[in-house]
Amino acid sequence: MKMVMTGNYASAYGAKVCRAEVISAYPITPQTSVVEKIASLVSSGEMKAQFVNVESEHSAMAALISASMTGARTYTATSSHGLLLMHELLIWAAGARTPIVMSNICRANGPPWSVWADHHDAMAQRDTGWMQVFCEGNQEVLDSIIMSYKLAERPDIRLPSMINEDAFILSHTVEPVDVPDMELVDEFLPSYNPRFKLDVDEPYGFGSLVMPDMYMEFRYKINEAMEAARQGWRDVEKDFEKTFGRNHGGLVEFYNCEDADAVLLIMGSVASTAKDVVDKLCSEGKKVGMARLRVYRPFPVEEIRKLAGMTNIIGICDHSYTFGHWGPMAQEVRGALYGIADQPVMKNYIIGLGGKDMTPEILEKIFLKTLALKDGADQEIEWIGVKGLGGW
Amino acid sequence: MIEIRFHGRGGQGAVVASTILAEASFLEGKEVSAFPFFGVERRGAPVTAYTRIADTKIRNKSGIYAPDYVIVMDPSLLDAVNIAEGLKPGGLILVNTKKSPIQLRKDLGLEDDRKLATVPATDIAIKHRLGSSAAPIVNSSVLGAFAKASGVVGIESLIQSVKKNVPIKIEENAAAAREAYDSVVIH
Repeated sequence: MKMVMTGNYASAYGAKVCRAEVISAYPITPQTSVVEKIASLVSSGEMKAQFVNVESEHSAMAALISASMTGARTYTATSSHGLLLMHELLIWAAGARTPIVMSNICRANGPPWSVWADHHDAMAQRDTGWMQVFCEGNQEVLDSIIMSYKLAERPDIRLPSMINEDAFILSHTVEPVDVPDMELVDEFLPSYNPRFKLDVDEPYGFGSLVMPDMYMEFRYKINEAMEAARQGWRDVEKDFEKTFGRNHGGLVEFYNCEDADAVLLIMGSVASTAKDVVDKLCSEGKKVGMARLRVYRPFPVEEIRKLAGMTNIIGICDHSYTFGHWGPMAQEVRGALYGIADQPVMKNYIIGLGGKDMTPEILEKIFLKTLALKDGADQEIEWIGVKGLGGW
Repeated sequence: MIEIRFHGRGGQGAVVASTILAEASFLEGKEVSAFPFFGVERRGAPVTAYTRIADTKIRNKSGIYAPDYVIVMDPSLLDAVNIAEGLKPGGLILVNTKKSPIQLRKDLGLEDDRKLATVPATDIAIKHRLGSSAAPIVNSSVLGAFAKASGVVGIESLIQSVKKNVPIKIEENAAAAREAYDSVVIH
């Protein structure tokens, strides 16, 4: 049924239609309404799940790891400092191969204090072994939860998945969202039945010490699963489209990229606004496109190389920064394109930190700046909108 | 695309109003979005919220800086914020006040083609026992007035959306919206 709802309610309904059985979460702005909604769905009996109240995000993740190891389908949501506090357990969740699905409402880190959107919280979890999806709209927020369980629970994957949803821009913005029938979701997503699980009647030991002769083998297998998840996402999205009649563009969504003179590569909700700007500039005869990096882990190397074959200039727009060396997406894209013939001109833009609004006017300026880089980038990196820098 | 900005005070229901309006237009087959600007939220502090309504999918996720309509839910905000900021030429400001639009235009010094509408939404809300007389809930009344003054949304869809979104006193909210629809004055 199509309803008007926030990204946070879309997250809650995503957990509901997937029949998540154990929810554990600790409230933090701007995630709070996800767990409030789930708590109300559970208390009214609309959602049959156990809601475990805890005293911190660290404990929330610990509870879900345990629950997942018993074979339960688990869900949580957090944001910013809550996600940072979870960091240790995120690594544990991936190492224990628990297919937990979590919504992260992307919010800047303090100090200085901010409740608004950027991707620094999510990027700081890059190496935890979680799959990471970045959404541009509320429908995608809900659909990505369904797709995540489908892929995460596959026996050869068994990795947790983080769905990233920009603070306020999605979390508190209402849009029309189609909430699929649970019967249809049941058809797409069978129940979770791991081969080995915590069971008092059939005890196993999990997560114990391994000697140096075996540790690396476990790490290798996590990476093997992550590599397989790359094709996995493509396959899951195809299946999803067959069942639900819509898709969200695969690992990288290409919008008007073929034969574009310049393309901006963007993650998250800003990509949606950028599509309007692409249409406007194209109607004025300028050949620009937009590529939206949707799945960040596993990193879509093939799609990025395909993009390099479509255009001569790529402006890589990072919603976060690794202090001391470029934005994280710029590093990955440059790495993926290292050594290929006809490397495009690349420039890194740092955009929208701490909720700095990315208006169509600002995006248009970035497109025009990028179009002008035919003979090479004027600088490797430019921070957009910083007072006193570059005439903003 | 039609863009609307709401000015309210924390606790008055501006954010809910922006959603009720979006959902009313959605019921008429429109594409919609609505979002608050979250500052440091506390009861009584100035709050803004926004609604977009369009015939095609709304992809712009940035803020609204040049609205077609401005809705002011609390008359005391006229002294606190620049309510006409960015309002498009020919746009309309709807204010919850007992004053006439002509008087308000003088008070605001608004001397161009932008239109003014007024509705005594506080009185209407108190009459229908919405909130307390010290802190009346005016959003249903203000939206009823907006439906008439703007023509952006029909009163029946608006009332349907009000009924779906208000947690209590559903019939009282619907009646307040209808009374405000009939009592708004435009200049």
